[in-house]
Amino acid sequence: MTDTARPLFAVRHFRAEREEDWARLEALLDRVEKRSARRLTDDDLSELPRLYRATLSALSIARETSLDAALIDYLEGLSTRAYFILYSAREPMGVKLRQFARFGLPKAVRGIVPELLVIAALFFASALAGYFLVTADPEWFGAMVDPGLAAGRDMEASAETLRVSLYDPPGQSGLEVFATMLFTHNSRIAILAFALGFAFGVPTLFLVASNGAMLGAFYAAFVPHGLGWGLTGWLMIHGTTEIFAILLAGAAGLHIGRAVAFPGSRARMAAASEAGRRAAKVMVGVVGMMLIAGLLEGFGRQLISQDLPRYAIGIVMLALWLVYFFGGRRGARE
Amino acid sequence: MARANRLPRTLDRALVTPEGVVLNVRLASASARAGALIVDLLLMLVTLGLLTWAVGSVLSDRNAQSVAAVIWLLGFFAIRNLYFIAFESGPRAATIGKRLMKLRVVARDGGRLTTGAVVARNMMREVELMLPLTMLAMAMAEGGGGGTLSFGLAWAAIFLFLPLFNRDRLRAGDIVAGTWVVENERRKIGIDLIDAVAANDDAPSFSADELAVYGTFELHKLEAVLRQNNGSAIEAVAATIRGKLGRTDWGDDRVFLEAYYAALRGELEGGLLMGRHKADKFDTA
Repeated sequence: MTDTARPLFAVRHFRAEREEDWARLEALLDRVEKRSARRLTDDDLSELPRLYRATLSALSIARETSLDAALIDYLEGLSTRAYFILYSAREPMGVKLRQFARFGLPKAVRGIVPELLVIAALFFASALAGYFLVTADPEWFGAMVDPGLAAGRDMEASAETLRVSLYDPPGQSGLEVFATMLFTHNSRIAILAFALGFAFGVPTLFLVASNGAMLGAFYAAFVPHGLGWGLTGWLMIHGTTEIFAILLAGAAGLHIGRAVAFPGSRARMAAASEAGRRAAKVMVGVVGMMLIAGLLEGFGRQLISQDLPRYAIGIVMLALWLVYFFGGRRGARE
Repeated sequence: MARANRLPRTLDRALVTPEGVVLNVRLASASARAGALIVDLLLMLVTLGLLTWAVGSVLSDRNAQSVAAVIWLLGFFAIRNLYFIAFESGPRAATIGKRLMKLRVVARDGGRLTTGAVVARNMMREVELMLPLTMLAMAMAEGGGGGTLSFGLAWAAIFLFLPLFNRDRLRAGDIVAGTWVVENERRKIGIDLIDAVAANDDAPSFSADELAVYGTFELHKLEAVLRQNNGSAIEAVAATIRGKLGRTDWGDDRVFLEAYYAALRGELEGGLLMGRHKADKFDTA
């Protein structure tokens, strides 16, 4: 018995000496998890990393010297919990949002410029193709535009019907409901374009192309009646924001698809997650843009019925977005 | 790193902290993930029901009709898109369902879980879950729309069972966001079993030969038996150990086992300090 008494004492001593620290760390973690990190005092905040490191080092010692499996298990669980909380450096939501709006979002958008150019080229090429196809053979209109969406604005429509659809205020009230519906619907389509990018970007390209073709088909219906200029104004007031947002969503989806298909020198999974995180940041911006586009379309377009102000608002919005995304300092930190 | 090393068949993964300590984490099983998802979906459904009920009761007032419609549309949008994101970007990184199943979301590279990653993994739900659900609902409403129905089912099946086809239990959203879901169970600090012996003066003592019989593996098994404190198991183990040692002192079984545990642990831990690790009873080195 005598020769086992010494290590027995040492091990008990080891635990007794540190147990208080572990309990204190556990209590602090509980408070952080209950979202009261702000109620931690300054002492607590400086104590947290110290206790974490002490626990981690106790774990290392215990692994080498102790055969108490339950104790090692406990220390491992506690260290893991502390690790996840400490290394998820949590700034208040307000600070995070401001950082994101100032640096994160423009930087993420600048990171997907190649895809954005491809998507934009595809969109406008499909619009041109749609225009020429429908002009050559009006049968194509039905294939490109959903009849429910066209609501009578098709190739057989008279100039008067088309003019009314552009300039007359809508019959029913409830612009706020219309604006909200536009926002939620467009956001959903944008999120879909993003998420479908996972399949190597193919469905995203298809979605963008079909939207472009639809735009072209509408032009083919309006231009012969001399309403091309008016249609542009009608679209532009919200379109510079909305179409820009859709192109960004498509580009975000394509960004993921490209990383999955051609990961380059990185591992495929690493490339996918890096692209996914950047694309997700863009998508947060896209949802915000859709909100603004919904307001512009739901209220602005319905209430402003002259071409000139419509053009002015559209161009100003486009300029604002371009300056915001691409005008910042290149080297600006995140 | 070789691919074979990277993909163990179990759900246990090693995570190296920046301090260089290896922490063992266990990935959430597919069934726990499914359970959490079902809880979350039910909660979303209940919230949506409450929202609809609240809006419906306001709707009788003519003037408030459009306000109610706006609130409902925005509420539906928020429940559908923000529920998961809001909960997972909190300090617990878990939705209510995940909390119940004791899970949390973690960045796969061991770094911090950014809001970007949380947004990415949850926006993918739109194609993984919402799109097939919408398709199924549409097919049901149309009444036996065979094509849409089977396409929707096949689509849902691909994404739903994706976690079962990779060893890391990743769904499409996890792949895109670089995250995975791990178990996050609180472990209680147990009593130190040697305290009982230190307090007991008439505990039996053991000779060096008797302590050389077993190794670490058996010690841990003995610890588990003592902590579970199941009467018949203690009796059986005590009888086995007495037989092995050839001892005939028929005292209380638990007192005997606790004393042997303390003595054996002291012996083996003393060996560890000297650099001798005896893995199990067959280890003679």
